[in-house]
Amino acid sequence: MDYFFTEEQQFMRDVARDIAEKKIRPVAAHYDETGEFPWPEVKAMAEADLFRVFIDEKYDGMAGGSPIMNMCIVTEELSKACGGISLAFAATGLGTMPILVSANEEQKQKYLPQIASGTIAAFALTEANAGSDASGIQTRAVEDGDYFIMNGTKQWITNGGEADIYTVFAVTDPDRGARGVSAFIVEKGTPGFTFGKKEDKMGIRASATRELVFQDCKIPKENMLGKRGTGFFTAMKTFDMSRPGVGSQALGIAQGALDLAIAYSRQRRQFGAPISSFQGLRFMLADMAMKVEAARALIYSVARWIDQASPKKATAYSAMSKCFASDVAMEVTTNAVQIFGGYGYMKEYPIEKYMRDAKITQIYEGTNQIQRDEIGRGLVAAAAQSGC
Amino acid sequence: MKIAVCIKQVPQTTEVKIDPETHTLVREGVESQINPFDLYALEEAVRVKERLAEQGEEAAVTVITMGPPQAEAALREAISLGADNAVLLSDRAFAGSDTWATSYALARGLAKIAPDLVFCGMQAIDGDTGQVGPGIAVHIDYAQAAYVACIEEISKKKITVKRLIENGYERVSLQLPAVLTVVKEINEPRTPSLRGKMNAKKAEITVWKASDIDAPEDKIGLLGSPTQVIKIFSPPHREGGEKWTGESHELADKLANLLKEMEVV
Repeated sequence: MDYFFTEEQQFMRDVARDIAEKKIRPVAAHYDETGEFPWPEVKAMAEADLFRVFIDEKYDGMAGGSPIMNMCIVTEELSKACGGISLAFAATGLGTMPILVSANEEQKQKYLPQIASGTIAAFALTEANAGSDASGIQTRAVEDGDYFIMNGTKQWITNGGEADIYTVFAVTDPDRGARGVSAFIVEKGTPGFTFGKKEDKMGIRASATRELVFQDCKIPKENMLGKRGTGFFTAMKTFDMSRPGVGSQALGIAQGALDLAIAYSRQRRQFGAPISSFQGLRFMLADMAMKVEAARALIYSVARWIDQASPKKATAYSAMSKCFASDVAMEVTTNAVQIFGGYGYMKEYPIEKYMRDAKITQIYEGTNQIQRDEIGRGLVAAAAQSGC
Repeated sequence: MKIAVCIKQVPQTTEVKIDPETHTLVREGVESQINPFDLYALEEAVRVKERLAEQGEEAAVTVITMGPPQAEAALREAISLGADNAVLLSDRAFAGSDTWATSYALARGLAKIAPDLVFCGMQAIDGDTGQVGPGIAVHIDYAQAAYVACIEEISKKKITVKRLIENGYERVSLQLPAVLTVVKEINEPRTPSLRGKMNAKKAEITVWKASDIDAPEDKIGLLGSPTQVIKIFSPPHREGGEKWTGESHELADKLANLLKEMEVV
């Protein structure tokens, strides 16, 4: 189906597809097994200008006014080959969003061109006791002359340890609740900023997930993102923009699994015929394809709406795109394993990895229960407002 | 420094079909691609350019091919992979060129560009001769090294390379200008970049006819080709041999009789 990409977006898709097929697919199993960080592949993405697609031309980017749609197109293509390696790209997008949302001109001038040329970034909000309840973070940043002194530990940070640029959320004014959270840009190498243990995960194993540890870490005041106390706003606005990206990662994983399942069903013979000739199996493929296409249509619509209309609050639709696509990914990858049968359960075949990789998309950047809560709350609030 | 890369557009498939009447390759309906070996040549040229840039020296990569107007697509693809400019040698007079005439025409084109360094793939996957690169070096009177696996050092006047030879490597230093043909192990080619694709779309492809490169008609095309192809054919599939089964002494007798019949014993 033709979604009427601009010519630039067709180029982005083709460039990402080339990298996915030629550079990522051949090594996906290797990184899944070893859990190493895929630096050569990230370098290939950088050389191919992929990190430019969500950054404005003014800062050496190539966004052409549609950063979210572009990020979705690229993430989807990369994720078809590996949902873990693609995350080095997508999580850099997530780490960059707070800068796009709240940075001042000097900060943009300093950091965006670096990211555009392939310096990877990370987003650090989650803590051990602040997952779904992000307002409960305990990392503190205390003003001290020209600096803020940061103390605390961030948990499960994607690209942690590998990224050079971190957008970190910390409490500056504990008595002000959610309005007491501020956002900072912290560079790797800042004294007092170290990394804790690297997690051993079920899926997306090529992606680095790590603790960030701040011990009396001195952060220059000019690295505060937005005004003091607007950190929580920055984080929520970031999620509005980034959730279609998680959706597109899920979409890519689902499409990748569906493609493999179709190919396998044509080649696997039972009862003297390819299993693709059996109606029961075709019905499965049809259901998978319908859901994947519906997820794609929703993600593209939401991404384009955010890019073109810059809505004040995109939360409900952004949540829908993430929630729907990730549920689809879990279902489609599970059925893809089913189509492969016993072979699908074996690690020798590529399909079980898709099922493991899909699971995280229902959990991170807000569990799907949180997404549904956001969507439902929006519906009820809208009804109350219109007086129905 | 001026760097040139010679590329060839070849059929996409490895299952090349031959027209049984005309004995020429069937190109209709077959997608084309840049000869895979030439991608290594292009990648190395772009890397040399990047290496020189780090040393503070500017370089430009010009990609050149001889072929029909459609070969422009291969040149644009080369630009998306990092080449700066492209030249297409296209003229009916070039049609039917063998490796001698092809390398002559390319050498004439290159002479006009006057590069310091010329890269070629070690051979093309359709003809498999490996003659055009060295042929260019002779026609243009440049130093040459074939089957280069590694560029060890490069300066304005000299280049040191490692050549792949039958039982190992040979290290050779050449005065520039020089022609190198490269083998696969020299690098891993990159995929196209976004900026490269944008440049490729906008790029002006220079087209030169035979007269533009002062190539006389008797040195190019069929007239200029000392090699004449009498026949190209797909070899018939070898048929399987006969299979005998039975007791070993019976089989031994049977074999002995056959050998006698054939008068080999």
